[in-house]
Amino acid sequence: MSGTAREAMEFDVVVVGGGPSGLAAAIRLKQLAPEASVCLLEKGGEIGAHILSGAVIETRALDELIPDWKEKGAPLRTPATEDRMLFLWKKRSVSLPTPPQMHNTGNYIVSLGEVCRWLAAQAEELGVEIYPGFAAAELLEEDGRVVGVATGDMGIGRNGEPGPNHAPGMELRASYTLFAEGCRGSLAKQLMQRFGLREGVDPQTYGLGIKELWEIPKERHRPGLIQHTMGWPLDKHTYGGSWLYHFGDNLVSYGFVVGLDYRNTWLSPFDEMQRLKNHPAVRRHLEGGKRLSYGARALSEGGLQSVPRLSFPGGLLIGDTAGFLNVPKIKGTHTAMKSGMLAAEAVAEALEKGRPAEPRSFTRRVRRSWLWDELRRARNVRPAFARYGQLGGFIYSAVDTVLLRGRAPWTLHHPHTDHAVLEPADAAAPIAYPKPDGKLTFDKLSSVFLSNTNHEEDQPVHLRLRDPGRWRTVNWDRFRSPESRYCPAGVYEVPDPDAPELRINAQNCVHCKTCDIKDPTENIDWSAPEGGGGPNYPVGM
Amino acid sequence: MKLLVPVKRVIDYNVKPRVKADNSGVETAGVKMSMNPFDEIAVEEAVRLKEKGVATEIVVVSVGAAQAADTLRTAMAMGADRAILVQAEEAPEPLAVAKILRALVEREQPRLVLMGKQAIDDDMNATGQMLAGLLGWGQGTFASKIEAGGDALSVTREVDGGLETISLVLPAIVTVDLRLNEPRYASLPNIMKARKKPLETIAAAGLGVDVAPRLQTLRVVEPPERKAGIRVGSVAELVNKLRDEARVI
Repeated sequence: MSGTAREAMEFDVVVVGGGPSGLAAAIRLKQLAPEASVCLLEKGGEIGAHILSGAVIETRALDELIPDWKEKGAPLRTPATEDRMLFLWKKRSVSLPTPPQMHNTGNYIVSLGEVCRWLAAQAEELGVEIYPGFAAAELLEEDGRVVGVATGDMGIGRNGEPGPNHAPGMELRASYTLFAEGCRGSLAKQLMQRFGLREGVDPQTYGLGIKELWEIPKERHRPGLIQHTMGWPLDKHTYGGSWLYHFGDNLVSYGFVVGLDYRNTWLSPFDEMQRLKNHPAVRRHLEGGKRLSYGARALSEGGLQSVPRLSFPGGLLIGDTAGFLNVPKIKGTHTAMKSGMLAAEAVAEALEKGRPAEPRSFTRRVRRSWLWDELRRARNVRPAFARYGQLGGFIYSAVDTVLLRGRAPWTLHHPHTDHAVLEPADAAAPIAYPKPDGKLTFDKLSSVFLSNTNHEEDQPVHLRLRDPGRWRTVNWDRFRSPESRYCPAGVYEVPDPDAPELRINAQNCVHCKTCDIKDPTENIDWSAPEGGGGPNYPVGM
Repeated sequence: MKLLVPVKRVIDYNVKPRVKADNSGVETAGVKMSMNPFDEIAVEEAVRLKEKGVATEIVVVSVGAAQAADTLRTAMAMGADRAILVQAEEAPEPLAVAKILRALVEREQPRLVLMGKQAIDDDMNATGQMLAGLLGWGQGTFASKIEAGGDALSVTREVDGGLETISLVLPAIVTVDLRLNEPRYASLPNIMKARKKPLETIAAAGLGVDVAPRLQTLRVVEPPERKAGIRVGSVAELVNKLRDEARVI
């Protein structure tokens, strides 16, 4: 936009994204190469503002990164004490045996946003320069090598013209750039295309997680309790389920994940999440409590089969941008951190050995680590659910992980991209969702309000239809606007079905990236808005 | 002319504040904090005065916890030259802040103190006026326009029913209102440069000011929930309801 007026700054390493993988990479790098200059960009208004996770975390990576994390006051305060796995019908539930990979002994229930804020403080102590409020909006490339990123301009008006307080973006140039944007990173997407990183691997498959943070009466709070459910309200072909964790000071994290390979265009992940709260298995935990916060984020569920090439000239993909989530464990924090640490090791070596274009040793390090071993054992679980449905998938997983210990001589694949499997509106059964009661269940707008999301209004819309004409013929005529249902933030709206037109309320966006994934023809392009925009999740989320 | 600009670290205006479970106040732990928006306007105005050659140095000051240093860095990224952090345990009341500012005015000898008309957390709208009283300086509050000329300032104030323009003899206090300007972004290069600007930290006690609270908070509660509206069928029905049910006409 205004490439000529931009200032530039040189670093040894630039990290894009202040989540667990980016922060772990920055910390490890300064541990290994204290002299290296490391800069980390975060699009959220502060570190943690865009972090959304359950979260029960395994400490394996943290133990390796900061062995004395307890003494240093890491906010891991609620040890997991009780695991419950329920299968639900509309009114009833039955306990299932907890799958071995879901045993949480030794794990902690945390607010991942709080953990990230703490990690950021550790990184800053080591000399990492952290700049929240700035989105990496553009890749810088020279002679076929990524040489850094540029932040977006600030103060560009809705019409695309610079306004009175326009401030041009800045070039952050580096020998190596680590992309830690989380699931479906907008720059990672460009990198995958530019360098063909997805060639020869399965398509990525995703889930959408929607979360609420509740404060409940003290007498019913059981810190350490972990409950997961499968089954109702989803049909047997749709992958997903809920989590419910008691932690902290009378807090409960309640959330729901739907596999984005769902087929029924009438499905609304938000309404599924709301109506599940009416089930006694969930209701008894939340009733009488108060909802404090709300948010949503997509996650990568493809596992090993979908991990792209990890290195390219000038940089690496780490964390959930690459897709290191362990689906059966429903954990990705420890794997994300481990991938960041391994990337730091590869980069530290490359910095020392003449700065070759591509820090290739990262892939080798990943494949030799426990991270890869974990993903290898877990690889068949998610595709089995896609193939055999909820119960079939559960039984298959028991055979694969318990009897075969993840050593099955076959690998199940992800045959489709998530956006390609949606069925047309007239072929799918409409779903009638109950009205919210305003106490336990809520509508979308009052929910989005609790995400504290905000975007400067006078800026170009960051959600664009590549081909605006296609919305009417494809999204409306065939699918009846699935985006107005899958978007958990009410960004997409069709105010008048008799004269259908799509309204995009981009200010509501919580940066979950679902529209970029699930649009039937991938016609929606999510790009980074002005830095600092988006949700402001408080500590606790 | 040297300017002193006090800034306060408050809950970010995008965040929906939450009352603490024991009703003792508003939850601030782990909540996103940023510069009071009115103070941002004051910093912006100071920077503009410097760009016009009216001001020579901008000193920003904040009274509060150690994290207020972030707010001061933001002000320096916008263009302030140096910063003073007066560290105090809990957020001191306006009178204590005014006394601290008086001590700093005596030390720094600014000709003008530019500050937000109020902070969006407690909405007190008091510190500027108290400081003017303590110093015996003239004050222009709720400024929507400031014009400098020689040893005086012309300040347009937003008052009930319109605008009022006054002339202030320096030294003076000006508190700024929303429409004065639109603050600039702290750009990334300037944030990087601001890390190297001087930030001095002093303890409130070192200034000889008693910051003990004079006010006691009894209870903080959420405002009552707004009731849903109704749709009336006719003007007559509306008039009847306003007269008989709401009893406002």
